[in-house]
Amino acid sequence: MNADDDIAIDVKGLSKSFGGREVVHDLSMQVKRGSIYGFLGPNGSGKTTTIRILCGLLTPDSGEGTCLGYDILRDAEKIKRQVGYMTQRFSLYQDLSVRENLEFVARLYGLADARGAAQDMIKRLGLSGREGQLAGELSGGWKQRLALGACTLPNPKLLLLDEPTAGVDPKARRDFWNEIHALAAEGLTVLVSTHYMDEAERCHEIAYIAYGHLLARGTVDEVIAKSALTTYTVTGELGGLAAELEHKAGVDMVAPFGTSLHVSGRDAAALEASIAPWREKSGLHWQKSHPSLEDVFIELMNRSRDNFQ
Amino acid sequence: MSTIRATGPVSEIRDRFGFLRRSYAMMAKEFIQLRRDRVSFAMIVAIPVMQLLLFGYAINTTPHHLPSAVLLQEDSDLARSVLKALENTAYFRFVYEVHDVEDFDNLLKSGKVLFGVEIPRGFERAVRRGDKPALLVAADATDPVAASSALGSLGMIVQTALQHDLYIGDPPALPFEIRAHARYNPAAESRINIVPGLVGTILTMTMLIFTALSVTREIERGTMESLLSMPIKPVEVMLGKIVPYILVGFIQAFLIINIGVFLFGVPVLGNLLLLAALSTLFIATNLAIGYTFSTIAQNQLQAIQMSFMFFLPSLLLSGFMFPFAGMPAWAQYLGECLPLTHYLRIVRAIMLKGASMPNLRFDAAALAILMLVAMTIAVTRFRRTLD
Repeated sequence: MNADDDIAIDVKGLSKSFGGREVVHDLSMQVKRGSIYGFLGPNGSGKTTTIRILCGLLTPDSGEGTCLGYDILRDAEKIKRQVGYMTQRFSLYQDLSVRENLEFVARLYGLADARGAAQDMIKRLGLSGREGQLAGELSGGWKQRLALGACTLPNPKLLLLDEPTAGVDPKARRDFWNEIHALAAEGLTVLVSTHYMDEAERCHEIAYIAYGHLLARGTVDEVIAKSALTTYTVTGELGGLAAELEHKAGVDMVAPFGTSLHVSGRDAAALEASIAPWREKSGLHWQKSHPSLEDVFIELMNRSRDNFQ
Repeated sequence: MSTIRATGPVSEIRDRFGFLRRSYAMMAKEFIQLRRDRVSFAMIVAIPVMQLLLFGYAINTTPHHLPSAVLLQEDSDLARSVLKALENTAYFRFVYEVHDVEDFDNLLKSGKVLFGVEIPRGFERAVRRGDKPALLVAADATDPVAASSALGSLGMIVQTALQHDLYIGDPPALPFEIRAHARYNPAAESRINIVPGLVGTILTMTMLIFTALSVTREIERGTMESLLSMPIKPVEVMLGKIVPYILVGFIQAFLIINIGVFLFGVPVLGNLLLLAALSTLFIATNLAIGYTFSTIAQNQLQAIQMSFMFFLPSLLLSGFMFPFAGMPAWAQYLGECLPLTHYLRIVRAIMLKGASMPNLRFDAAALAILMLVAMTIAVTRFRRTLD
């Protein structure tokens, strides 16, 4: 058992390869109990693999750690009882109804009153009246609600959500996050992977992973501060500016945001030297600004591509 | 960005030969996919070659050296000569010698022998006296094919053999009478044999497919991932997937047997409860084997291919289509590994011969062993992780 009861997930040095390709490299992380931990990174960065290792679906090649105080290598069965895992792809039975799916899950976990538990969850999900509908016929947003309902049904202590809001409309996304915050307030620990920056900002803590390497972690503010990125926002006549700036010394990233352009660099002096000729240009308005989380991540991603590929 | 802009004449749509072009695109895609699926690719070659060799050598419709028993009520020189003569016909191979009528009947009932020759007490003396005593040759005619060629040539061949072997001079006729008795199916009606066999064959086919798809389907639909993340053990998954189909198989067996009895007039001489119990065992064995395939196959197509790889030998080597006793020894050993072989003996014995459990101990035990072996492989092969 882990002496520190405030920690829900505590893993060190996790590595996993598939067919000679290392998908997760020496990954260590700690997640506090009752917190919402965001897991970010580009596609194929190892987020899903890490989540699967945590819930015992994959065995790491090396590394160790605990999940809810249980050893991830030896106590996979005990972990499964207390963890709700929501897969990236809808993985409930499409040819079972909402109620039948929930009752199936409730029985597998040995809930005393499977039928009653399923009924309560249908109410909580706002699916009353649709309980007889086949899961496969639900819309994307409802499927996702049902999947969340199914994995919270057995009262888990930890939720692992793998890109739960992919392909879901903004309203459903917002409802979903409200639900997650409500669950966390009840003491549940939630690890959620996502691509969306606004979702990352809703997390208590985040970790950024790319090419299997954990590159940054902490609160959103900490991650932005640690990036030491200097960012300028340019507005005005931007035509061609992005292409001209892209390969200048000190310019690590140029990203268009609607009618403005974010120009960022780690080395503030070099960046300022490079952009100096354009700062005086008429028709352009330069303003030093705070980098957004997205700036930080795109910069991290660019950097990691240079390092690991 | 500029990278995804259509660039001039390359992307111009050519509509000439559109039909051929699109068909070609589809064909090329299918070939690529076929080549990626290594197992299917191997089966394209393996299935025909293996099966042809297997069945080409194994199947023989005029079987020889059929297992036979002799009920010896007199141990005389003449009796020995007659047996020798029978064996010399190459149709019979005496594997049991009994002295008790009940043992004799049980051997035929359990299917351990296809023929029984009864040499009555006082046989030699009656021959010397010129009484023309009867020599009883009882054949298990549940499989008319196996029995008929041996029975048909009985009189002639024995006579020639005896002349060569010992006989005194050159008698005009046999000094005894051979009374052939086609037991269980005196009219040699093939449907009497086929219908019980069909019970087993149909059950094999349907049961295998039901469970052969069960695990691969969960994997292909993506439901396996959440199933594995929940607290369920491989044995529990297996039982959950097998038990419902036992009921399905039971209903099927019930239907086929009823149709056989009421439409085809096949008798059920034995105990119906015993038939139901052993049929259930057979159904469970097939489901377990199908489930095992499902844990080995990587996709549904492979699972179906494996089922057919298993089904075809079951059809040909079990004694359903061709006499089991007529196959070479290696093919018989192979046949003993197939549940259908044992079930055919069971179902024919119970329906046509009125056999009871003591006659069928061996075959019932064989079914149970095959089932346990399949289940053990399935449980150990079941992947508890997605590794």
